[in-house]
Amino acid sequence: MIITTSKPFEEVLKELEGEDKVFIVGCGSCATTCETGGEEQVAEMKAKLEAEGKTVTGTVVYEEVCHELNTKRKFRENKEAVEAADGFLVMCCGAGVQSVREATEKSVHPACNTVFLGNIQRHGHFVEKCSLCGECVLEDFGAICPVTRCHKGILNGPCGGTDEGKCETSKEKDCGWTLIYNQLEKMGKLDRFRKIYGLKNWQANMKPGRVIFEKKGEGGE
Amino acid sequence: MTVLIKEHAKPSIQEILESGKFLVTGEIGPPKGTDIDEMIEHINLLKDKVHAMNITDNQSSVMRYPSLGTAILIKELGGEPNLQVTCRDRNRLAIEADLLFAYTRGIRSVLCLTGDSIPVGDHKEAKAVFDLESVQLLQLIRNMEEGRDSGGNELKGGVKFFKGAIVTPEAVPIEPQMLKFEKKIEAGAQWFQTQAVYDMDNFKRFMEKARKISDKVYICCGLVLLTSPGQIKYMNANVPGVFVPESLAREMEDAPKEERLATGIRIMARQIRQCIDEKLCDGVHIMAIGKESVVPRILEEAGVDITKM
Repeated sequence: MIITTSKPFEEVLKELEGEDKVFIVGCGSCATTCETGGEEQVAEMKAKLEAEGKTVTGTVVYEEVCHELNTKRKFRENKEAVEAADGFLVMCCGAGVQSVREATEKSVHPACNTVFLGNIQRHGHFVEKCSLCGECVLEDFGAICPVTRCHKGILNGPCGGTDEGKCETSKEKDCGWTLIYNQLEKMGKLDRFRKIYGLKNWQANMKPGRVIFEKKGEGGE
Repeated sequence: MTVLIKEHAKPSIQEILESGKFLVTGEIGPPKGTDIDEMIEHINLLKDKVHAMNITDNQSSVMRYPSLGTAILIKELGGEPNLQVTCRDRNRLAIEADLLFAYTRGIRSVLCLTGDSIPVGDHKEAKAVFDLESVQLLQLIRNMEEGRDSGGNELKGGVKFFKGAIVTPEAVPIEPQMLKFEKKIEAGAQWFQTQAVYDMDNFKRFMEKARKISDKVYICCGLVLLTSPGQIKYMNANVPGVFVPESLAREMEDAPKEERLATGIRIMARQIRQCIDEKLCDGVHIMAIGKESVVPRILEEAGVDITKM
């Protein structure tokens, strides 16, 4: 799940300066769960923009705005409202915003900040456990990620800032390395903790990331 | 190969420790800015009173005059530097390049640290690097000593450093800390300076555990000068791995305001004496944090004169 938070409305208004006719895009996937770009938030945004004197030419909320072909299709389906708009306000993650970028020549504005790939602990509670490093190390650390759950992302044990299981950056946050230690101890696998972890390949996913399925029959065989 | 500073006026940290002498080190915290007069004063004051001086590397994630520049300055002034290198602000390329430079300028001792986190400092929006951490830094230096950088490329002229690391005797929980201590040794650490220690009984217990892990590495007790009851309360509440026991807190509280510094000096002098007399460790590292001018007085009260050791 991609976790987003809403930008302050004043910031959104500033983005839309000089554009009176706006088309709003919401996302039925992550942004709906995050309550930043679901049906309800899109309707609220429409009302607030109209109260500010804007014309909302149309709104659409669909699964996976990040799906570029899907987005182009939705734009075709809403051709009239899309063509009437000066610009687009996209209420989902940065991937979704850039998906809309591919579907129009007009201006595109983000309504959210994209914060992390998150786990849902319960309604409205999201935490980051994976930072998409491109070379998964979970097998070595009892399925608890040091790259993400340690603030410094270090790989050979806790730093000097650990204190009674909490991180030096915040007493609200667990020290990832204490979690890893406790897990490995419980599993009787502290030998994994003892192993020196060499330099990590931070370019395993070289930005910008790209994955393309190989077609059967290709690839040298 | 040209090493720009060939003649070493002072014996190195390695030479002191390997000769069996009790090592006394101090610490220089570089200023924020280019006015380095006071720092030079401190260096001149300490250079003959301690065997070597640590130079902090953007300590507590607060931007300052650089540790490498200060280390060279210490050499130029006739002192012996212990260069602190953290992994917070530089990636492996930058650290390796700095180490090449340090070696050619006669720096022989490097203290390998992970570094504090960015949010505790004064550049709270900066990007944290942590491309590597203390254990990997020790390994990286060892590789460079064997003639290769971390990209696996051959170096035209390698480096040789006395590789130091830190350990926190008061860490809670202590077990992961001791495992990391063990890993640092395996990665090439030859000597340790500890985080601040106040409870000498705890320190003795730590030393027993540490000696069981290795009787080859040198361990120097880190001491931070106490200056007020407020500082003690602050450290106990906010500084991970630092614990000032009730008895010392009371000793400070009982002192009249004008005698607080003298009380801190007395406490540290007593700790130094105990480390020497009871042969608890291989040396002490004195962190006076802004009060460097009293270090000679601390040593005098402790009866420590490095020229006669």
